[in-house]
Amino acid sequence: MKIHLKIAATAVAAATVLGAGSLMADPVDEKLIIDGQEMVSRTKAPEGHPFDEVLSGWLFRTEETRALETDTFSNPAMLGVERGQEIWNTVEGKEGKSCASCHGDAAESMKGVAANYPKWDKDAKRPINIELQINKCRENNMGAEPYEFDKGGQKELTAYIKHQSLGAPVKVDLSQGELQSWWDKGKEIYYTRKGQLNLSCSNCHEDMMGKMIRADHLSQGQVNGFPTYRLKNAGLVSVHNRFRGCMRDVRASFPKAFSDDLMALEVYVTWRGTGLSVETPAVRQ
Amino acid sequence: MAKPRVKVPNSAKAGEVITIKTLISHTMESGQRKDKDGNVIPRKIINKFTCEFNGTKVFECDVDPAISANPFFEFTAKVNESGTFKFTWVDDDGTVYTDEKPIEVN
Repeated sequence: MKIHLKIAATAVAAATVLGAGSLMADPVDEKLIIDGQEMVSRTKAPEGHPFDEVLSGWLFRTEETRALETDTFSNPAMLGVERGQEIWNTVEGKEGKSCASCHGDAAESMKGVAANYPKWDKDAKRPINIELQINKCRENNMGAEPYEFDKGGQKELTAYIKHQSLGAPVKVDLSQGELQSWWDKGKEIYYTRKGQLNLSCSNCHEDMMGKMIRADHLSQGQVNGFPTYRLKNAGLVSVHNRFRGCMRDVRASFPKAFSDDLMALEVYVTWRGTGLSVETPAVRQ
Repeated sequence: MAKPRVKVPNSAKAGEVITIKTLISHTMESGQRKDKDGNVIPRKIINKFTCEFNGTKVFECDVDPAISANPFFEFTAKVNESGTFKFTWVDDDGTVYTDEKPIEVN
């Protein structure tokens, strides 16, 4: 297998020399500045990381797609974020509370918070992400029904909360509870081949990073901009939906959203983006 | 439901060409789709957009059903004096949405 890869790499190099470099899709050497605020889209990888440098998916997109993210007015996902703000201030449930009743102004109370998720949930004894944290609050504090996956405003409210951390560096504290063992499990899933195409996450996002997969660029598969606006969906896409989409594309059966497998994968993949700025809501192809 | 938004610089130099961005949240139902019972969903789109500056037309366009939801328009205008940009979106159902933005020119 290794020999085959080397041959492929040589062929690509030769093609580049000949001026037909379309097989490569190298990340651009540009800075992502959103409304005047500079994002970290390229940084030194944490210890034990397979790459030397961690790269935001923004660097792999076309000029037009990149431009959409640099101005929050042009970013089509901001309509979803605005909707999230409305939900934040809307009273729901038996207790007669909204998110704002306890947390006040999200611009202050939620600043930088989402950059440190997933966290260890002592009560549930498993990792918790923003979506599950919202549901926990809805059940325990608001007396409201938890959101079903991707329904009822879950994506919009998650995007609104994560947007308050725009620019904050992603950092997951693996020393909390048993988070390290979930990281291990997530890593195993990341490197396990699955589906009829028999591919693992790493086959595309590590081995082939920076190359084309048919008409698309393969990035490192970072999740620092989720929920992300995907042009093909013309709407916000949650990270667990994306995980499931990738697994479906390799023709594997895919776990349920927020299942142990996908939570472990979220812990591990989030760690792989350590140091990148939260870009929520990012814009991708 | 539809909510207009505009972005205009607060100030500019006389004769400067400024960029204006506008966005209106709207479903832009094309009239080509059917609901689950097979009935045509009636067309309901924004069909016209105009921008005026101190009463003078700056930009105007007709909008057709192929335009996506939440239409976004970006255009440039040369400003020679302080004044107000007035934006108008016309809906198929006759509703007119408007927004205004002042600009100081010095």
